[in-house]
Amino acid sequence: MNIESLKTNSIVVFQRVKFLERIGKLWYKFSRNKLSVVGLILVLLVVFSAILAPWIVPYPQHAGAFVDFDNGFSPPSGRYLFGTDAFGRDVLSRIIFAFRGALLMPVVVLGIAVPIGVFLGMFAGYFKNTRIDTLIMRMTDIFLGLPPLILALAIASVLEPNMTNSMIAVTMVYWPWYCRLTYGMASSVHNEYFVIASELTGASRFHILFREMLPNCLSPVFTKMALDVGWVILLSASLSFVGLGEQPPTPALGQMVSDGSKYLPEQWWVAIFPALAIVLVILGFNLLGDGIRDMLEIRSD
Amino acid sequence: MNSDRLLDIRDLQVWYRVYGGYLKVLDGVFFHLGKGERVALVGETGCGKTTLMKTILRILPQPESHIHHGEILFKGKDILRMNYAELQRVRSKGIAMIFQDPTAALNPVFTIGTQLFEVTKHALPRSEQSKDHVSKIVISVLKEVALPDQERLLRNYPIQLSGGMRQRICISMALTAPRDLLIADEPGTSLDVTIQDQILRLLKELVRSHDTSTIVITHSLGVARDIADRIYVMYAGRIVETANSLELFSNPLHPYTVGLLRSVPKITGGGIASGIPGHIPDYLNPPTGCRFHPRCPSRMDVCSQKKPGMYHVSPNHFVSCFLYGEKP
Amino acid sequence: MILLEIKNLKKYFEVGRNRKGPIYLRAVDGISLSIEEGETLGLVGESGSGKSTLAYTVIGMYRPTGGEAIFKGQNIAVEYSRRPLTLKKEMQIVFQDPASSLNPRRNIGQIIGLNLRLHRKLQGVELQSAVVELLQRVELSPDYMYKSPMSIGGGEKQLVAVARALAPQPSLILLDEPTSALDVSIQAKIITKLINLQKELHLTYLFITHDLSVIRNVANKIAIMYLGKICEIAEAAEFFQNPLHPYTRMLISSVPVISEEEERLKPKKYISSGEIPSPVNIPPGCSFHMRCPERGTRCDTEDPVIVEVSKGHFVRCHLFRQGNDLCKDHQTESNI
Repeated sequence: MNIESLKTNSIVVFQRVKFLERIGKLWYKFSRNKLSVVGLILVLLVVFSAILAPWIVPYPQHAGAFVDFDNGFSPPSGRYLFGTDAFGRDVLSRIIFAFRGALLMPVVVLGIAVPIGVFLGMFAGYFKNTRIDTLIMRMTDIFLGLPPLILALAIASVLEPNMTNSMIAVTMVYWPWYCRLTYGMASSVHNEYFVIASELTGASRFHILFREMLPNCLSPVFTKMALDVGWVILLSASLSFVGLGEQPPTPALGQMVSDGSKYLPEQWWVAIFPALAIVLVILGFNLLGDGIRDMLEIRSD
Repeated sequence: MNSDRLLDIRDLQVWYRVYGGYLKVLDGVFFHLGKGERVALVGETGCGKTTLMKTILRILPQPESHIHHGEILFKGKDILRMNYAELQRVRSKGIAMIFQDPTAALNPVFTIGTQLFEVTKHALPRSEQSKDHVSKIVISVLKEVALPDQERLLRNYPIQLSGGMRQRICISMALTAPRDLLIADEPGTSLDVTIQDQILRLLKELVRSHDTSTIVITHSLGVARDIADRIYVMYAGRIVETANSLELFSNPLHPYTVGLLRSVPKITGGGIASGIPGHIPDYLNPPTGCRFHPRCPSRMDVCSQKKPGMYHVSPNHFVSCFLYGEKP
Repeated sequence: MILLEIKNLKKYFEVGRNRKGPIYLRAVDGISLSIEEGETLGLVGESGSGKSTLAYTVIGMYRPTGGEAIFKGQNIAVEYSRRPLTLKKEMQIVFQDPASSLNPRRNIGQIIGLNLRLHRKLQGVELQSAVVELLQRVELSPDYMYKSPMSIGGGEKQLVAVARALAPQPSLILLDEPTSALDVSIQAKIITKLINLQKELHLTYLFITHDLSVIRNVANKIAIMYLGKICEIAEAAEFFQNPLHPYTRMLISSVPVISEEEERLKPKKYISSGEIPSPVNIPPGCSFHMRCPERGTRCDTEDPVIVEVSKGHFVRCHLFRQGNDLCKDHQTESNI
């Protein structure tokens, strides 16, 4: 039995084919619900427009310090698709630039909160019914007991109001949920026979935690992450609505709604379009999250 | 001859839509049952017996399932073409089903009494649905399945009972009204062998005293031999052999049946055969011709080319194998 | 040579407290057994008998509440975390449910490889060839190495579990209902493989099952358990030709068989009756007395002790005395 020939020929081809097949299967499961595909499209639209903002936006300079009072409060027209605000800045351009901040928030927040929450939850689940478990989970309970928005407001208002601090605030709100989620998964996975088999045969703790248990705890985490993007965006919009978060002149969706609400209902476009943008972005991520959940469903062949 | 068949399944083909095509699970099933007969459907996991049973009651998972072809005649009328009202009548009065897992078949948040009431009420005509009347019936069926202390039992929740008791309750549900056909799916399989023995004896006795036509679905040849007069052996979505009980065990013909019987260990010793080589086919791309041919020790050329029919070998004994008929 | 010896092993679980003190579930309640090298000991019982708990205590999942367990001269009455790696190498287990004993997020090569890395310190190319060799031993093709457990059938999953158990080259393998979840034809294949492997590799098996037809053809010696205690131990053929304990007779008579000659072997008049009591509420006296058709005067007060009725044939029942087949001062109405 020549291992080298085995590897270079059949196994590599086999793996490549397997990989494509797996992608195909995942797409099939994802796309069964048409709304998930709608969500994916919405999300891709938002993400790409945010990335390419400086190049595709009609008036890139309007996203910075810019005033043009002559064209202030222009209604939606061929020139300004979503109209202009009090300072004459194009609403559409500002919305697309605001997407950048809106997307940055979940990336950073979840990028920090999820690993912290997942690791803590895994440790607590593995050491269930010991002091480590109690320590971690009671701390989690404390954070979970506080209403997210109020906690975020409190933290953000104690610190200087800016983007970084509101990210810190939102991160503090989110990690406990991932901890709780992973704790539940880890405790049950710990009792699965395949984990017990590895323990009985003498595998190290590291192996048990990271090679056996972790991969089985991650599916609900990914699904939750996709859905949470929407919530984080909403939370950050709420924060910017009350003036915490991104400071002017950098556009932020919540702040645009807040400013624009003063001019309702006559100059309705200043508030309504950013609000619609918030709705669409969150909707897109929610639908995408549902699709991801369907895709990751444990299949029994 | 056909008119006195209670259940007559003809050339049933059922597919499931999946990624990559269709799983052609049932590939032309022929099955029939007369009034008062006790028949066993024997097959291993994946042979399609669950699909067949679900098709009879039309409880296949939607939207993946697709009834491609065939008829299921129940008392002369095709179940597959009935409207909702007729179908509900069949489900509540005509056919009673005892599911495999009694724990899953009973709703954990309702008492036994509530559940038995429901089942009984819907089988009775409007005029007889009074609480008293239904109560009397429920108590009497509980007595029939040898459950003591019936009044108190009605107030219990399924979780408070043992597996054997739950199975008896499921059986009692089938007895709440005179029904034409009883289908028992793997009775007692999830229970201990001594309890399973009790359940099987109970079932046999009830079937005898009520003279109910019965289909018992099982993977255990021993159970089939014990409880049925006639046996159907199923493999990969087709019936491969059918015969009277005694005949099947003394004279098995289809190579699959032979292999299966040899694989069953005996309490008299003698070792265990090495099973049947190969594995069950992929329903997405099933073997051409006879679906058993890749695993068959007596395989001939024709077996991969044509589908065998059902060949009559002796009274009630049919085999679907070219060894016994219609060679080219 | 005796490989494993268990003396009066006990495992109780505390399931609650009442005014009198803690309430125990006596899963294993004083079991004494021994297994010779190269032998297969069959352990038979229904749910609640404690057979699985016994196996899990032997492998170290549970710490025994009392009694002794000695393996190759070492005391093993401790939990797995306190056992040396060399001991873990020697004793392996195959679980009942193939689907949950293999990690769905790892491939088969990794699953088998763990044992090879841990116990035989193999790496790289040597590791891979060892995996291939093990797969071939259980008659699976080498490309299974990269497959996920979810994509293979139940019988094949069990073969992978067996390959994993063989990887560290153990002396004793505990098999907890290895084929109960499988179809008859696949069961036959797995069991034939296990028997052949035992001969090839000089293995010793503790084979647990509730299926009497299987154990008849696999085991050299059979022990039957009821509610945590042994009822009877005998050589396989003797066990079926001359079953003594009423529970043994009841169990054998409940087996669904497929031939006339088997029917004739079954004991008559031992119709099973009654429910299986929970191991929390074990009745006083002999734990079987409530369902026993041979119940006599002593049975509800005094727990019988195990006696050797003939060479290698042990029973725990008031009906029998050391060396005698039938005890004359046991009063009942029925006759065996």
